[in-house]
Amino acid sequence: MALFLEQVLNGLQLGVTLFLLAAGLTLVFGIMGIINLAHGSLYMTGAFAAAWVAAETGSALLALPAGLAAAGLAGMAMEALVLRRLYGRDHLDQVLATFGLILFFNQGMVLLFGRQPLLVEIPPALRGTVELLPGLPYPVYRLAIILVGLAVALGLYVLIRHTRTGMLVRAGATHREMVRALGVDVRLLYTLVFGLGALLAGLAGLMAGPLFSVQIGMGEQILILTFVVTVIGGVGSVRGALAGALLVGLADTLARAYLPALLRGWMQGPDADALAAGLAAMSVYALMAVILLWRPRGLFPAHA
Amino acid sequence: MSAPLLVLDDLRKSFGGLRATDGLSLDVRPGELHALIGPNGAGKSTAIGQITGEIRPDSGRIRFDGAEITHLSAARRARRGMVRSFQVVQLLEEASAEDHLALAVQARQGHSFRFWRAARRDRGLREPARALLDRFGLDPARRGLPASALSAGERKQVELALALALRPRLLLLDEPMAGLGAGESQAMTETLRRLKGEVAILLVEHDMEAVFALADRVSVLVRGRCIASGAPEAIRADPAVRAAYLGEGEEA
Amino acid sequence: MRERLVALAALLAALALPWIAEAAGSPASIGLATRMAIYALAAASLNLALGFGGMVSFGHAAFYGIGGYAVGILYAHWSWQEPLLGLIPGSVSLAATLLAAMAAGGVAAAAIGALSLRTGGVSFIMITLAFAQMVFFLFVSLKAYGGDDGLSIRRRGELPGLDLRDPAQLYWLCLGLLLAWLLLLRRVTRARFGQVLSAARQNERRVVALGISPYPYRLVAFILSGMGTALAGALMANATRFVSTDMLHWTKSGELMVMVILGGAGTLMGPVLGAVALVGLEYGLAGLTEHWQFILGPLLVLVVIFARGGLMAALRRLRLA
Repeated sequence: MALFLEQVLNGLQLGVTLFLLAAGLTLVFGIMGIINLAHGSLYMTGAFAAAWVAAETGSALLALPAGLAAAGLAGMAMEALVLRRLYGRDHLDQVLATFGLILFFNQGMVLLFGRQPLLVEIPPALRGTVELLPGLPYPVYRLAIILVGLAVALGLYVLIRHTRTGMLVRAGATHREMVRALGVDVRLLYTLVFGLGALLAGLAGLMAGPLFSVQIGMGEQILILTFVVTVIGGVGSVRGALAGALLVGLADTLARAYLPALLRGWMQGPDADALAAGLAAMSVYALMAVILLWRPRGLFPAHA
Repeated sequence: MSAPLLVLDDLRKSFGGLRATDGLSLDVRPGELHALIGPNGAGKSTAIGQITGEIRPDSGRIRFDGAEITHLSAARRARRGMVRSFQVVQLLEEASAEDHLALAVQARQGHSFRFWRAARRDRGLREPARALLDRFGLDPARRGLPASALSAGERKQVELALALALRPRLLLLDEPMAGLGAGESQAMTETLRRLKGEVAILLVEHDMEAVFALADRVSVLVRGRCIASGAPEAIRADPAVRAAYLGEGEEA
Repeated sequence: MRERLVALAALLAALALPWIAEAAGSPASIGLATRMAIYALAAASLNLALGFGGMVSFGHAAFYGIGGYAVGILYAHWSWQEPLLGLIPGSVSLAATLLAAMAAGGVAAAAIGALSLRTGGVSFIMITLAFAQMVFFLFVSLKAYGGDDGLSIRRRGELPGLDLRDPAQLYWLCLGLLLAWLLLLRRVTRARFGQVLSAARQNERRVVALGISPYPYRLVAFILSGMGTALAGALMANATRFVSTDMLHWTKSGELMVMVILGGAGTLMGPVLGAVALVGLEYGLAGLTEHWQFILGPLLVLVVIFARGGLMAALRRLRLA
């Protein structure tokens, strides 16, 4: 039972990481109509910047703002130089241009940091475990990620539901033309939303650093999972992103934890492990297929 | 009196808290021109959407030619002979008028799973397409132009020709006068007058002059339900209609 | 007229390429041209879905890889002398393996397409990508077929009268299949089927109002597209004598899309030009620096922003000028 609870917490932790990425991706799509493949590159940028600063200074307190700033700046540059020219274009054009950006970012990181993965240590204050329940110790760092993720989700909820900017964001997601017609400075709104998405992606990246290795291509691995999340939740919906992220995080983690044991029942050890890893990786896509069969527009369709 | 062709029976549809269609019942008889009017926001678009199959009603039933079609897809309804036009003309912007008509002829002939013969050289498609364009009097010099190069009036013409190419039993016209100048409206009214009797028409229109000149029957939609239905003169005299609709609309 | 002459000249040059390469003392360029022809076949197939049908698939690597693995797996079972699933005998017959690859690609496209086409727009892009990832992870986990390490094919496809160990003959095979496939695509897109497909791309509501439901037409086009892409994958497996999950990687889907757009989506010859250009460009840049993607990436961005319609549109402008 304790083991199961631990896996559920791990699933939550992956889920909130995915949510940080999916929230930005889905907002950018909902409001600007842009599909941004290079969103994962911002995640990678945040992770690399934080890892590098942490290694150079040894200070996690400096690494945090560095990761956020790097992701934010990279995001703003991306919006101003490239994406701004793609508003209103075909999704196809957007996919290609942002695919080009991925190549650029990945090779850029190779040029700056080389191909070796960077190792990041957990900040000293967050090391060790806490006993959540009797017999259930859990790493402080992972718990911190879950709390940060949930806090961000709450913050986004307040922002979107209870502020004027949030009202425009909501209106923009469903009635793009109307917001334009109201005379709102759409350009500023776009930059704000894109900057927010970039910051969240950077935050996810820098927090993931100590858990996964910081390496080239890390952005795309998680980006594709993020796509699954947004499709399950309903493209353009932040609520859907949260629901989808938690579902995907749990499904992926639990499948990885329990499939090998299940398969070992009727297969040999190494073969069972390899197949179980593959099936676990496939499970989230299977989940997506089932949900789409049931609801082609996702759990919370944003556009009526 | 013959059995009605189209029957709407107590249709209801809400969006969130808004009841866009609130117990709408209506029928269209073979050969008649039935006009559906109502102030802005009365739920005309939602009603059209449910009749054509683009919107699913929450409850209620739709019957066409004696058969229940409530759950039929939009394409199937068109194949059964219920053909529509759009308020904002829907054309294939890269295709010429003749290509459009050829596609309609192709659709009428059955499925299009034919992979080998070039469709543009298929006389079984092109000749009927040209004949239809002749009938609608579209300037022969403009028939080869892409739809994006045609004028608003010409585009309406092409769309109406497309609808008739399918040999409909019921024509649903969604504001055919919208976006037309005075002269073009006049011409459209004449065209519809000529069609009258040939095919049953459900006309949704804002242009009252056209409605009262053409309609055999008029139904008035207010807040998602039909408040009156009858001959044009009776509707014009109906106090409830005047209060809810004509009074505000014409004197303001 | 001039257009036909240019096309004829290009065709003759393509046919004579192996001799020209030998004469120029660069036999290695036959291999490069073979790669171009194979990618052209894959890109032309993707273009049927993407350019003509408006279905922006970001998952065609799945079909490409499945085509490759069909050849690899049939070879593996042939060499082990052990039927696949106890039923299907292994094979190194060229005709049998290529047909098997196309069939497998078609079945996969039918399954993926049937589900994905329930959505549209941006969801379709993401879903096709996700399904391709599913296929990717499936093959990573199949240790019997090499998993991450891939699968070597020690014997090229056999067909009486053809020796695929000769680079020139392999090239001609690929070129011939490319030409045949282009001819097929030309007929299909101009036939009644293609008219409906193109109409549904331009305006779905209009097509539905004519009583045509676009779904079955799109699905069939998607399946044809998957079959052609799988054929290309099978040819690549013969050319490199190796298949691995690299063929299924999502960047492969991206590359195929780049070829289609670079050449000109929705045109018959665009994807061919795009494939030749991209393979050539990668080859050229890789000769310059190992970090060639650092140059290629921004180049793609510039192409998308400034060169709409791709190489075909540029050629057309050139001809008008």
